[in-house]
Amino acid sequence: MKARIHVMLKDGVLDPQGEAVKHALHGLGFDGVEGARQGKVIELDLATGANKDTVEQMCEQLLANTVIESYQIELSE
Amino acid sequence: MKAAVLVFPGSNCDRDLKVAFEAIGADVEMVWHKDTSLPSGIDVVGVPGGFSFGDYLRCGAIAANSPITRDLARFADRGGFVLGICNGFQILTETGLLPGALLRNAKLKYICKTVPLVVENDQSQFTRAYTQGEQINIPIAHHDGNYVASDEVIAQLKDQNRIAFTYADNPNGSMADIAGILSENGRVLGMMPHPERACDAGHGGTDGQALFRALAESLVQA
Repeated sequence: MKARIHVMLKDGVLDPQGEAVKHALHGLGFDGVEGARQGKVIELDLATGANKDTVEQMCEQLLANTVIESYQIELSE
Repeated sequence: MKAAVLVFPGSNCDRDLKVAFEAIGADVEMVWHKDTSLPSGIDVVGVPGGFSFGDYLRCGAIAANSPITRDLARFADRGGFVLGICNGFQILTETGLLPGALLRNAKLKYICKTVPLVVENDQSQFTRAYTQGEQINIPIAHHDGNYVASDEVIAQLKDQNRIAFTYADNPNGSMADIAGILSENGRVLGMMPHPERACDAGHGGTDGQALFRALAESLVQA
């Protein structure tokens, strides 16, 4: 079983890296880019029987800092 | 006076902090992150700067879950003194001992230079040897020192006089120019600048000495 966790800065938290990506894209002539946000993806290989609650605990305790970040969990076989 | 300095893989200011504590007459024990309890009789715990666990995941996130950090939280809950500098400040926010978080510097650059700080609180046992409004020069060396918190937390920090230091010329985008904050009981101080690197004339400045001196005087009286 696999879990894929997307961790992003919350809306409203300034994302300096996303801003830099946006400016670099503008520099390349991609003027249509109105915003960019950069996050991270964490993939976990899980023993069978793991459930979403456990992955949520992992996110709350370590994988995301919920003061500034939000997370989304995708589970797949 | 007994001090402990925590050591994580990747800490690199631990020995500087030890020297700064020794200069005020403290006996210092270095404590490895795998230890599950602090030595007995400790008055103050230093959480040093560096790059604990390579800054992997988020700065301070993995160190915040080390065995010793659980005992550090108990120590702080009992009213112990804790000084977190740079990566140590990041670790204290990750553990929740201090509010807010430290993000990548607004201009994305690692900044290593001596900057002027304004003393905002001259009442705490860390800062009472300074005078409110006084400017002191303390080195910074960080990539992730951009302090963020909710508007409510910032208002609370201001109302409760918990902002210890601000930057005179904000280098990293921190909200309210915050360079260092105190816990509600005033006994946990987290700051991005490095007072332990301004404690000897050979460092190029000694403005950090007063912080350690104030702490020593507080502990002797206690």
